[in-house]
This record gives sequence, C-alpha cells and structure tokens, in this order.
Amino acid sequence: MKKRMNSFIPWMVPLLLLVSWQIFSSLGWISSRILPSPIDIFKAAIELGQSGQLFHHIGVSTKRAFWGFLIGGGIGFALGLWNGLSKVAETLFDTSIQMIRNIPHLALIPIVILWFGIGEEAKLFLVALGTFFPIYLNTFHGIRSVDASLIEMGKVYGLKGISLFRHVIFPGALSSILVGVRYALGITWVTLIVAETIAANSGIGYMAMNAREFMQLDVVVLSIILYAFLGKLSDYTAKLAERRFLKWNTNYQR
Amino acid sequence: MAASKGNETVLELSGIQKSFGSLHVLKNMDLKVNKGDFIAIVGKSGCGKSTLLRMIAGLESPTAGGLYMNGKPVKGNSLAKIMFQDGRLLPWKTVEQNVGLGLKKGSHDKIASLLKRVGLMERAKDWPGVLSGGQRQRVALARALVHEPELLLLDEPLGALDALTRIEMHQLIEELWKEKQFTAILVTHDVEEAVALANRVIVIEEGRIALHQSINLPYPRQREHPIFIKSVSRILHQILGTEKVSPNQEPRKLLEG
Repeated sequence: MKKRMNSFIPWMVPLLLLVSWQIFSSLGWISSRILPSPIDIFKAAIELGQSGQLFHHIGVSTKRAFWGFLIGGGIGFALGLWNGLSKVAETLFDTSIQMIRNIPHLALIPIVILWFGIGEEAKLFLVALGTFFPIYLNTFHGIRSVDASLIEMGKVYGLKGISLFRHVIFPGALSSILVGVRYALGITWVTLIVAETIAANSGIGYMAMNAREFMQLDVVVLSIILYAFLGKLSDYTAKLAERRFLKWNTNYQR
Repeated sequence: MAASKGNETVLELSGIQKSFGSLHVLKNMDLKVNKGDFIAIVGKSGCGKSTLLRMIAGLESPTAGGLYMNGKPVKGNSLAKIMFQDGRLLPWKTVEQNVGLGLKKGSHDKIASLLKRVGLMERAKDWPGVLSGGQRQRVALARALVHEPELLLLDEPLGALDALTRIEMHQLIEELWKEKQFTAILVTHDVEEAVALANRVIVIEEGRIALHQSINLPYPRQREHPIFIKSVSRILHQILGTEKVSPNQEPRKLLEG
C-alpha cells in the first residue's frame, strides 16, 4: 500500500494541473482559441487515432529517433572507447571533436536542408550528430576515470587485453556511459522536434505544423504532449537499464 | 616449525635500487627469502617498504640490481600474488566472481572450497559493497590463494581493520600459511603484527635494511611471551631510533653502500 502511494506521488502534480486546466477551460476562463481543454485534446487524439494518422506519425518519429540515436550513439561510443583507451587516438581526434562539439547541431539545419532536402537523411543526420557528443564524452570520461588500482589488480590476477576490458574497464565505465545515454535520449527528442517542424512531411512535428495551418490548436497541443510522453518513456527505459546493469551499486538500488 | 622449511631460496634480491626521479627510495638492498619463510617488512611510512613489495610483485622494475624468483629474473611475477591494503575487489562482481577472477572456467570447486575456508561460503552471491571491511579482506585473501601462489605478498592488508578483526585475520593467515605451505612477505607498520606472524622481521630505514631479526617462537604465538615482548620492543626502538642496537644479530646492513 505504501509502495503504491510512493509510485503515485510523482504523478500528483501533473494530475492536479490537468484537472485545474480542464476546470478553467470549462468555466471559460481559458479561451479555447488560446489553449484547448484536455478533453478536446483527448477527442482530437481519438479522432486522429481512428484515422490512423496519429500512429503513422508517432511511428515515423520513433523510427527516426531510434535510428538516429543508434547511429550517433554507436559512433560516439566507438570513438569514446578508442580515445579513452589509446593516448595516440586521443591526441589525434579529441581536439577536432571538441571543436565540432561547440557548434550547436541545430545551427546546421540550413546546410543540412541544402544537402539532404527534407528527406529522412536530414533528420537522421541531425539526431545522430546531437546524440554523438554526450555519448562520446561520457564514454571517454568513463573509461578514463576507471580506478587505476583496479586495473593494476586485474593485471596481477592475469587479466589482459579483452578480458581486462570486459571484467574491469567496461563495467567501471558503464555508469558514466549510461548517464551519456540518458542525456543523449533527451537531445534526440529536442532535435526531432526542431527538425520535424522545419523540414519534414511526416512525423509528429510535421503533424503540429500542419495543424497550425488549419488553426487546429488541439492537434498542436497534442503533438507537444506526445513529445513530452515519448521523451519520458525513453528516459524511463534508460533508467530501467541503469537499474539492471548497475544493480551492484547501492546508489541505483530501489 | 617456525623456521623456514629447508634452505631452498625462493626469492633473491641483490643490490636492488629504486629511484623516482631524484628521489632514491631503495638504496642497494640484498635479501634472500627461503621457501616457507614468513617475512615481515616494517618501517615508517615512506621508507620504501611498499615499493619493495610492488617490485617483487613485478608491478615496478628496479632502477638497478637483480630480482630473482627461483633463480630466474622477475618479469611480471606470475608466481606471486599480491593482496592489497584496500582489497581492490571489483564492486560489480559477486564475491565468488571476484575470487574466480582470472581463473579458467570450471574452477568452481576450488573457489567454493576457499570461500568455505575463509568462512564466507554463505556470502558467495553477495556484492562486495554489502560486506564488512574484514569480510572484504577475507575475499581478497581467498582470491589471492585460489591461484595457489608460491609467494603471497601482503601489502598492509589489515591496516584498515579494527583490532579484533585484525587478530582474527592473523589467525586465519597463519593457519592458511601452515596449511598451504606458501612463502609469505608481509608489509606492515604494526610491529606486533609482524612479530605475531613472521619468522623473520626486517626493518627498513631510508631505503636500507636497518635490522634483520629472527623470531624463534612456536606458532600460535603468545603475545605475553618474554621473547615476543623483547622482540617487539627491540624492533620498535630501532624504528623510533630510541636505542642503539647491538650489531650481534643476524646479517645487518649498516649505512654504507
């Protein structure tokens, strides 16, 4: 009973907001031309759901998020590992990576549109670029901050090369890497929102922009809520992964 | 029983020197360790005793001089296992996984029997994070011994433990030493611990061996025994520099070299 209460507490504030929002809308204190009521938005969701459009757009956006994250995160992870493990690679690449990192990836949208038009590549490119840096940085930092005394111990007990990496270095870096993953997932959705509203003909952002043209305020707000929901969902997944892989760490135990 | 078993030399240091930059940590050190010896190295902190141990483990190489294990020069000493002061257990591996580190698959029985021997069988599946300091050092001891090392190096392994746990650990180490018949080198700053466990105690001062004291007492040692008390006080005086020690004991290096 207490446990159920505890898992309910974080949802109390959003629920209270929702209820008062609905009440104020019903009372006419909030004009539906400024902000539609939750019930109207819910109705819009059902309507769009029945026509299949809603799931089409959610599917498209999720697919972009997934692949963009996988490509950018994968490259960031690989380079982070490489530069973390090898001084030579770090000297060679790190300065360049840090230079590129200081350009906001969304500032590249004009040039990305010129390169790729409004095709899938544009969105994948931007998401990949956005997720690359947090995962690169955290992987690199995680590897570098593995306790040197544990590495020494591993060597005394006959670990070297791959086995040293598998048993000592990677698990030691994992908590930092997972922080990078969570951060990168947040960036994934921010990037998608911007990219899809500016240059797309499908996806949630496109759905919002399209609705704006026809003054369908309920669909616009629905899109915003969808982003919030999907962002929260992916963060929750990352949190589950943390709990699963870092269960030895008392900081991550429930 | 207290003395070394036979006179077979396991480890030999000849003219060992170690410098870090302009800092000379060890200056011309000679030492022979026989099979079955339990050597304790004591000295003030910073005297070079841990460096010496790390060198024997193959973790550091000497600036000059020779280090021989069974007559062969030491390079990454696989016959020796070191047990560190802080245990250095991997927090993401369970107790039994930690003990089995670096072992081949199918060593389960070996791991289990050692865990049982150090009294931690029922903690085999636990994370190191939930163990007490003494239990962690038992795991570290089991992990060192599961490799059946010829030479066990103990780098102040009990420094962080409370007095009672330390005495329990002394008993355990002593029993295992007799049982498994390995050679042991213990670095410690606790003179009583050195005298309780070792058959030879070496005092290092300013990078040299300042005193080499044999302890001829049967195990398990009585701390009230006059020889025990005398040995402790003699070593303490040497370390603290409060008494001139007569040079009639064992091989003893004076400040030449």
